[in-house]
Amino acid sequence: MSSITISMSVNGKAVTAAAEPRTLLVEFLRETLKLTGTHVGCDTSQCGACVVHVDGKSVKSCTMLAATAEGAAITTIEGLAKDGELHPMQAAFREHHGLQCGFCTPGMVMSAVDLVSRHPNPDEHTVREQLEGNICRCTGYHNIVKAVIAGAAAMRS
Amino acid sequence: MTATGNAEGFGASVKRKEDQRFLTGKGNYTDDINRRGQSYAHFVRSPHAHARIRGIDASAALAMPGVLTVLTGQDVAADKLGGLICGWTIHSKDGSPMKAPAHPILALDEVRFVGDHVAVVIAETASQAKDAAEAVAVDYDVLPAVVSTADAAKPGSPLVHADVPSNLCYQWELGDKAATEAAFKNAAHIVSLDLVNNRLIPNPMEPRAAVGDYDSGTGTFTLFTTSQNPHLARLVLSAFVGIAPEHKLRVVAPDVGGGFGSKIFIYSEEAVCVWAAKKVDRPVKWTSDRSEAFLSDAHGRDHVSHAELAVDAEGRFLGLHVRTTAAMGAYLHTFSAAVPTYLYGTLLAGQYTTPAIYVEVDAVFTNTAPVDAYRGAGRPEATYLLERIVECAARDLGKDPAELRRLNFIRKFPYATPVALEYDVGDFDASMDRALELAEYSTFPARKAEAARRGKLRGIGFSAYIEACGLAPSRVAGALGAGVGLFESAQVRFNPTGNVQVFTGCHSHGQGHETTYAQLVSEHLGVSLDNIEIIHGDTAQVQYGLGTYGSRSGSVGGSAIIKAADKIIAKGRKIVAYRMEASVDDIEFKAGVFKVAGTDKQMTIAEVAFNAYVPHNYPLEELEPGLDENAFYDPQNFTFPSGTHICEVEIDPETGVTQIVKFTAVDDFGRIINPMIVHGQVHGGIAQGIGQAMLEGCHYDEETGQLITGSFMDYCMPRADDLPNFTIDATETACTHNPIGVKGCGEAGAIGSPPAVINAVTDAIGIRHMDMPATPERVWRAIQSTRLPRAAE
Ligand code: FES
Ligand code: FES
Repeated sequence: MSSITISMSVNGKAVTAAAEPRTLLVEFLRETLKLTGTHVGCDTSQCGACVVHVDGKSVKSCTMLAATAEGAAITTIEGLAKDGELHPMQAAFREHHGLQCGFCTPGMVMSAVDLVSRHPNPDEHTVREQLEGNICRCTGYHNIVKAVIAGAAAMRS
Repeated sequence: MTATGNAEGFGASVKRKEDQRFLTGKGNYTDDINRRGQSYAHFVRSPHAHARIRGIDASAALAMPGVLTVLTGQDVAADKLGGLICGWTIHSKDGSPMKAPAHPILALDEVRFVGDHVAVVIAETASQAKDAAEAVAVDYDVLPAVVSTADAAKPGSPLVHADVPSNLCYQWELGDKAATEAAFKNAAHIVSLDLVNNRLIPNPMEPRAAVGDYDSGTGTFTLFTTSQNPHLARLVLSAFVGIAPEHKLRVVAPDVGGGFGSKIFIYSEEAVCVWAAKKVDRPVKWTSDRSEAFLSDAHGRDHVSHAELAVDAEGRFLGLHVRTTAAMGAYLHTFSAAVPTYLYGTLLAGQYTTPAIYVEVDAVFTNTAPVDAYRGAGRPEATYLLERIVECAARDLGKDPAELRRLNFIRKFPYATPVALEYDVGDFDASMDRALELAEYSTFPARKAEAARRGKLRGIGFSAYIEACGLAPSRVAGALGAGVGLFESAQVRFNPTGNVQVFTGCHSHGQGHETTYAQLVSEHLGVSLDNIEIIHGDTAQVQYGLGTYGSRSGSVGGSAIIKAADKIIAKGRKIVAYRMEASVDDIEFKAGVFKVAGTDKQMTIAEVAFNAYVPHNYPLEELEPGLDENAFYDPQNFTFPSGTHICEVEIDPETGVTQIVKFTAVDDFGRIINPMIVHGQVHGGIAQGIGQAMLEGCHYDEETGQLITGSFMDYCMPRADDLPNFTIDATETACTHNPIGVKGCGEAGAIGSPPAVINAVTDAIGIRHMDMPATPERVWRAIQSTRLPRAAE
């Protein structure tokens, strides 16, 4: 199959690479750029393990063609911590034991950061509703909800 | 601060060491691994529930771009590979061994469930393999199929295996039949109940994956795979499938994204990847997509039961008789035969003094995916049955459900049950009392009345469970049919500079062993957490191990680590005695420091390690250099976690939508190493239990055997907005027979919670029983059924 050239900015770095036109953004990140922090948990856009930010908004990267992200600014879980310091949301997940196996975690954290940008001071109900598109099989969500509320508070201050 | 003054030791909610990598995208899961020159596998799967394979024509696929090879069951047979096995042999009532039909890694002449493995295409890229798999032409002769567990053994049902009459794998029994029959003769009441334990699909969030590699220079195979027990995978692939001898096969289970039992097992795909790597002389990678996971991961539960409980006039349980039909699916799986027998029938005493119990289990083959252990494995099925029938007894007799349970509680330990277990310790009143208090049971009637004023139905439900963890001892398991030992091993290695590497045969896939085990070692040896590294999941690094399942890692794996650490201390005392010119008996060890009793002479454990590796002044005549100890620990008994779960629900009768307004769990896990992690395990377990009770259920089409619930759009996984916050607390009776008093906490949530939910829902509606899952539709219909007679008035 013929390939096309795709350019975008990923975690602040300009990248250009060749890929098949049918390549999904998540495949481009994982296979071409070897950024394996973004995960694939399903094939029906249900689980949210693959959430990244595209121009600041959370997107399920299994649902978007890499070619559609041409010219966009992408942030993945690898780009969230700055200068070796965890992002406040990452730190809150650690502090509140919001992760167990860690597989849903990158998508969960990326979704949570986006959630806070829309709901800076979310209550439990809001967090639960807003995370409807992210499935975690390990934690029962109890500690994820706690972590997101704490992470939101830390992001405000 | 713990008893030894170690702020990072036993009882401290230390933040997890593994989180840094998971939170920054630096985890190393199997699909993150890529080998030089790697090729990709895609499996051709059966679209039929049952069919004979007349022929396979791979010529079109082989001509497609990038395709390296197409392998079928004929190639497997030509290479004389063995099949997958069931590691536990159950014997029927008549003494005959279970029927264990062959389970080839690629089907030879017949397929037996939708998703069964027919062929594998290996190509340069994943999409080329996938495209070419579509072009493999399989000529099927479709045969009749049976998918219903209840119907499988009925006369006239199609046979899954031609040589297994009535689809009966085994007909097992446990308990005293005559005594149980006698108990029913003396009963004042007989409570009976029919129930289904719904089939579940485990769905860890990381799909299974495998990368097989072969080094022709050394003749060594390496398999990276999503496994809960890499040594067991190596044993089966070596001894039974016959891929390579154990010493030429390395199995690595790196970071694994959840298992819940489904990654204990040895599956076709990983066997094929490692075998094919030699055939194509390239690494071969396979990553399951979610649709394949639904079809081919081992499923859980799937029981149909009839139970009767004999009760005296005061409400004391006299006898329990249970008849269960349990689905095995199309083939016996790694531990499937043990699940509805020794992990189920043995738990039917629960927390009660019922003196006579008799259970019969028929295991049947059906044209469905294999069924095997899923979080709890047999104990959730036992607990659901028992706690449902006890609840029905309370309702039939007009007794308070908490009081009826209390009336029957076991209070003397050790207690030998009529179903082969000996509970070493427990305090069921303590967990019940605390749960009643936290759930505010005494004021429930007021909440129910208040809900009624708003037009809502409110109900409360109990579950007082006991379960058995850390399957053991090996001697007993072997006598009951286990094909493996059930010990655990550990190695504690000091490096010359005083830091410690601990190798464990258990495997962490979310449980946080890198933290919990480090806490154990920190407390025991007085080394700081930062100086301890836990290594697991690689047969080339870890001496041996049986992996993680059955909530065994704390009680069995942790005890093995302590045993190895004790050997370190024993050797350290000898070294210090020599250096200090004192008697070994006078050397004391506490918090990382060896002291000569009654003097100020001392050496830190780091100094001892340095001396052991730089043995210039060292008793070389009596003692080997080095400070590195190995231990194997075989438990004397199971451990018995127990507790009380209470669920309170509110139902909107117009829609059937059920909301869990409060879920309380008070568990006795014995001593707790890291409360934060233990609570997390309980949360996750309860979420899966509530999932089973309210949302999840696997369905196959009765006619065609097609999996109807084959994606996250059809199979309802619990989401954040389906669940409440949980109210959790613990009581403690320490396990009496292991060195750390730990019982295990990984499965209790999924064991205790389903009956609590259904007891609450049926209480709210005012009906006796409802099968899981209590979906809004089912609940609404049940409410309508209670209203019909009134509507007719
Ligand atoms: S992988 Fe994208 S939603 Fe599941
Ligand atoms: S932490 Fe395992 S799926 Fe969420």
